Amino acid sequence: MTLLTTIFAAIICTVIWYKGAPKSEMKVGSLCLIYWGASLMWLVDAISEYVEIGAEYFTPAPSDMLNDLYLGLSVVALGLIIWLVILLVKDPKGVVKAALFKKK
Amino acid sequence: MACFLVPAAEAVITTVASKVIKSKESEESVRLSLPDGSVEETKKISFSAKLGWLNKMLWGGSALLAFEHVWHGEVVPFFPFLSAVETGETAEMLAEMGTAGVMMAVLVTAVWGGMLAISSVVEKRALCAPEPAAEGAQG
Repeated sequence: MTLLTTIFAAIICTVIWYKGAPKSEMKVGSLCLIYWGASLMWLVDAISEYVEIGAEYFTPAPSDMLNDLYLGLSVVALGLIIWLVILLVKDPKGVVKAALFKKK
Repeated sequence: MACFLVPAAEAVITTVASKVIKSKESEESVRLSLPDGSVEETKKISFSAKLGWLNKMLWGGSALLAFEHVWHGEVVPFFPFLSAVETGETAEMLAEMGTAGVMMAVLVTAVWGGMLAISSVVEKRALCAPEPAAEGAQG
């Protein structure tokens, strides 16, 4: 469920990035790469778990699914926070700079 | 257990490599043919920028995976920071790092390699081929 949540987040971000490309004022490309990187890593985790427990992997207990969904949403939120920090630090639109140095 | 440490270690190496390469690179101007038939003078994406894609995937993925490990109590906020070390499962942890961790790093790097290959093909298609007639007229 965590893998699925992250993949959906990655796909949505990629669509948003493509829609706004080639401008990268919002740094959505960075968010895409963060989610795709995590998705690939969780894919390896999922494959190794599948190798270990077999078809049981696809029939998780509802409580496990709920916990994994909760974790997946938390991961998506953390990714958004990281992206927000990158956006504010790099400040491609100069908004933070403009707010800090007001014209006389 | 601590599989995210392998891609994180790779991220450190690629970040340093990216900084070194960036300091030695020079910008390359190219002529790009647009879908409407017009030609535009533009700058080619440098290799260090492309290495930045790998950095972001590795750092981002490692950070989110580290959070998952905190969630499951495998990473703790006190020394030795890894619960597997605390409970004497160091060998199992290292084995997991050697299998799942290495596979994660390899898969992300392989996908980045695929991205490089695709971008290279797209660049080659988009770049303007020198027109023989124009060259002949000049010479």
